[in-house]
Amino acid sequence: MNQQINRFRNITLRVLLGCTFIFSYASAQDNPRKPVLTIKGSDTMVILVQRWTEMFPDKSKVQFQVTGGGSGTGISALINGTTDICSSSRPMKPSEVKQIREKYKYNGLEVRVARDGIAVYLNVNNPVQNLTIGQVKRVYTGEIVNWKELGGNDAKIVLYSRENNSGTYEFFKEHVLQKQDFASQTQHMVGTGALVNAVAKDPNAIGFGGIAYASGVKPAALAFNESSRYVLPKEEEILSGNYPVSRLLYFYLKERPSGLTKEFIDWVISKSGQDVVNEVGYLPTKKF
Amino acid sequence: MEQVTTPSPEQRHSFVRKTNNIGERIIERCVKIIGGVAVVLIFLILLFVLREALPLLMGAFSQSRTAQSTAQSSLSDTLNLKPEVYNPDVILSEHQAPEEFAPEVYNPDVSVPTTIHAEKINNETEAEGDHITLANILGTVWQPVSTMPKFGIMPLIIGTAKTTFVAIFIGAPLGILAALYAAFFAPRRLREIIKPMVEILAGFPSVVIGFFCLLYVGSALQNLFGFDFRLNAFVGGIGLAIAVIPIVFTITEDALSAVPKSLLEASLAMGATQWESAYKVMLPAAFPGVFAAVLLGIGRAFGETMIALMATGNAAMVSASIGDPVRTFSATIGAEMGEVIWGSAHYSILFFLGVLLFIVSFTLNAVTELFIKERLAKKLQGG
Repeated sequence: MNQQINRFRNITLRVLLGCTFIFSYASAQDNPRKPVLTIKGSDTMVILVQRWTEMFPDKSKVQFQVTGGGSGTGISALINGTTDICSSSRPMKPSEVKQIREKYKYNGLEVRVARDGIAVYLNVNNPVQNLTIGQVKRVYTGEIVNWKELGGNDAKIVLYSRENNSGTYEFFKEHVLQKQDFASQTQHMVGTGALVNAVAKDPNAIGFGGIAYASGVKPAALAFNESSRYVLPKEEEILSGNYPVSRLLYFYLKERPSGLTKEFIDWVISKSGQDVVNEVGYLPTKKF
Repeated sequence: MEQVTTPSPEQRHSFVRKTNNIGERIIERCVKIIGGVAVVLIFLILLFVLREALPLLMGAFSQSRTAQSTAQSSLSDTLNLKPEVYNPDVILSEHQAPEEFAPEVYNPDVSVPTTIHAEKINNETEAEGDHITLANILGTVWQPVSTMPKFGIMPLIIGTAKTTFVAIFIGAPLGILAALYAAFFAPRRLREIIKPMVEILAGFPSVVIGFFCLLYVGSALQNLFGFDFRLNAFVGGIGLAIAVIPIVFTITEDALSAVPKSLLEASLAMGATQWESAYKVMLPAAFPGVFAAVLLGIGRAFGETMIALMATGNAAMVSASIGDPVRTFSATIGAEMGEVIWGSAHYSILFFLGVLLFIVSFTLNAVTELFIKERLAKKLQGG
């Protein structure tokens, strides 16, 4: 009886082992030379890039790998050679271009793929609606600490930001904070989704992020200064340049594209690719 | 339970016949090698981390690199540091921003927005020099991505200490009391249920715990205590306590079970109550094990990344209040390591943080080892 059980067990184990080998061999075979296109980088853009890969007409010919991690992560990956295309919500810094040039003897290729506005998010129950860029800067550097200084409730302002590997963080720091440091009590959230969730739950919170993420929070109307018009981040305002905090979204490559990569990029910046952009909540690069 | 003394190698030879079986000798050799590999791996990891942090420790970043960079490259050189543009017909803005906000004037005819960056390039190369001095590292501001990078680790040390303190303050008593209950007061069937369930909690993915704290615990505590900040050291500490309790429970429970039953029986025979026996006789007897459990819990709370990353608010603040957000070592490494350019000062600093973590864990374990041996010897001799 025991011997029979043992024999049965031995046979089962050997069959399973054999199946494992056959299966792994087979699965290594069923993707015959399909090129893999890796796109790594901006968390702001990750949903947009995923949608592009889904809507790409020739998507059966290529296997896409899309990851986030932040614009800084993507650019690092591009320099280190672990990605084909890097998506970034900020332009490359000269130090990064220098590294690409040292490694690949080329300054890198910049493709402008979409337009985005950065909204300053407030809780929907916050009475404050209008802010100037100067006020936003002074809030985030810690000069203004109470909402009553901005015409709101008597409550401490709770600051939320992205982590420092984010293109949104760098862009905000450079253009709104004029390169000054964030206040030390700024809380750094991993991803715009987490940031928006935090602002939605905290009545005294302020945060910033791409306009595509506004759910459960309200964007503030921003103005260049006291005498300018307060503008909400709507499409026409951003495209015409009236909204103060707008930016381009980029793809970066380490060499000129060819083959399927070139096809993909050309499609992305064409009208059909830019139509996808609107669905996700961003803005096309230009009027077609 | 009798004390089993392991015979020394010389003693062994006298009454244990060394095996002649080739198979067994090969297995013995393999096991030795695997054990050796494990030890070697730990040293290699430490060596690798140390090597990446070494440039920092050797002061390679203490002189600013600006002197070299501005001497070597002229302005025209730096202006060439722009990537080639695939579709230059896309420009940032046709509208001219008023003077006060944007001092540069956008030229509509020059359609490339990188002209703005051309003016800023000079500032950037100047500031790219890494001013890593001891004063910078021991400072109180952590802003590594900045024109003047600041790598002050004091807020990180304070943040890690705060969350660990809260985690142990909540988790250790709960774990120890739960172990006492399971070992002495629970009916046998309940014990058979509780022990595996708490051990399953140990396998809970920390991401889920962090997420749970982020979504629910933060708001609940803010409503209860009226914190200014929804995500703070207290919320993070609670998440870490959830991760620490199973560890403390399991090891304490094992230590309590290992204490000879004769002690318990003697204490009960002398007329002590169940609680007195458990708390005043058995727990002190198991003290080395309990201490080891708490130290392991501290080690876990120290190194836990995801919970700290999601639930503490990641603000590098220097403050004594538990209701303020904090930034821990492991969360800093976890959040920032993905973006750093290999070889830069920021990269070395992050590895340096790893070295610090390693040193603290190592010291904790070494103290446990030495302290326990001493205590154990005293206990056994003192009875």
